[in-house]
Amino acid sequence: MKILNCPLNGPRNITEFTYGGEFHRMPDPKAATSKEWSEYVFFHDNSAGVVTEWWCHTATSYWFLAERNTITDEVIRTFPPGDVFARGEQGPGTDA
Amino acid sequence: MPIGLLKFGLRKRYPAVHQFTPQTELKKHYDVVIIGAGGHGCAIAYYLSKYHGVNNIAVLDKGYLGGGNTARNTAVIRSNYLTEEGVSFYRESVKLYQDLSNEFNYNIMMENRGQLTLAHNDSTIRSFRWRAEVNQHLGVRSELLDRKTISELVPNLNLSEDSRFPILAGLWHADGATARHDTVAWGYAKGACELGVEIHQLTEVHDIIVENGAVSAVVTNRGRVECGVAVQAVAGASSLIGAMAGIKLPIHSYPLQAMVTQPYKPILTPHVSSPQVHVYIHQTSRGEFVIGGGSDPYPLYNTRATLDQKEALCSAVLDLFPFLAQANVMRQWAGTTDMTPDYSPIMGESPVKNYYLDAGWGTWGFKATPISGKTMAELVATGNTPDLIKPFELERFYRFEQINEAGATAASH
Repeated sequence: MKILNCPLNGPRNITEFTYGGEFHRMPDPKAATSKEWSEYVFFHDNSAGVVTEWWCHTATSYWFLAERNTITDEVIRTFPPGDVFARGEQGPGTDA
Repeated sequence: MPIGLLKFGLRKRYPAVHQFTPQTELKKHYDVVIIGAGGHGCAIAYYLSKYHGVNNIAVLDKGYLGGGNTARNTAVIRSNYLTEEGVSFYRESVKLYQDLSNEFNYNIMMENRGQLTLAHNDSTIRSFRWRAEVNQHLGVRSELLDRKTISELVPNLNLSEDSRFPILAGLWHADGATARHDTVAWGYAKGACELGVEIHQLTEVHDIIVENGAVSAVVTNRGRVECGVAVQAVAGASSLIGAMAGIKLPIHSYPLQAMVTQPYKPILTPHVSSPQVHVYIHQTSRGEFVIGGGSDPYPLYNTRATLDQKEALCSAVLDLFPFLAQANVMRQWAGTTDMTPDYSPIMGESPVKNYYLDAGWGTWGFKATPISGKTMAELVATGNTPDLIKPFELERFYRFEQINEAGATAASH
């Protein structure tokens, strides 16, 4: 079984996790055009190489970020979202 | 007899017939360059040359003819989808498949054995009733079956009420079929080559040149080729090729793992699938059981095998057919499925002029090969998107008009 290192729970079986999509900054919902919003919702880089993506430890509902190589399936590192979102900044899913 | 055969083979009067044109130098210019020599790419070339008089065409492939996902799919043909747009599109494909062997003068080993999808809960039965109504309205044969009829149709199926997910009902699709997947690409390629189309294998596209918003050339490992029109038909690499033309697509690429057992005597007639336990199975005419399931849980450009996914497939298939417990798995493989948000393909115009998309084929590409080839050829030849594929254009995501077929997949939800 492949092991993923959860920043909160430590190394766990990958079947305990849910993939959450590529990491992109959410455009401001009030200012974004319809085109920008649809691109944020539907479109992906889907690139071959190292990408940053969302993962969730399903059992504890803990969301974090991972850098993973989409060709070799190597996970380079995992880290809490606090590393990229400044304290008080609007994170994903928060409604201003 | 062996000597007679040898004499026949060596006689000049019966020369070997080459089905495909031998490799030639790439020309400097083609009217149409098709990237990807799989079923779809060859079908577009075939319909363009045969029905639209366009034959200055090059079909490029980084590997060999039909060696990508055309070789890796599980060869299921069906049209029992949920939306009017989806059902109408796949229905035309199933119709074209019926006559494909005659069209090619080449046996694609079409077998009309029907498809049975299983419901293990009430909400699936509701969606089955919905699909059956939509299908019948559009002239596709689908009907709801009770347990007794299922047991007559598939006597080996485990209908016990003690199983983990007891089977409550089924959706029977008499139009469901299977065919030899390779022959579909070969048949189209052969027909296209006879009309002057060039198929260039081992020719990898490295870049796509866009000038003034229109495609003008593709750069390959064998040099630069000017083109009037370019079409990408590269299931499994849609985003990567699209990015060369500066096009971002709503696709995530996931592996889908499948496997096949040793051959056994004929025992299972229709194709059986279960969206609840995420598995589908059919027995080929050679006797092997082909077993596939949902895509992997996260995206990857790699066709490696994982034990977790194989365990899940085995456990699911044993729920349905316990007698397979003693069967030996002979081969396993994976293909790359380009999953779109609404489980429908992306066909038609792109933001780049004269650059057309045949992408997002997820787990539904093989069954759509003839109709996507036919309609995409019409688009390339006339510049007008046929009504049948108009709803599937990329632009739909900007209008938030998805065509949701997620509930009509055979094994994933």
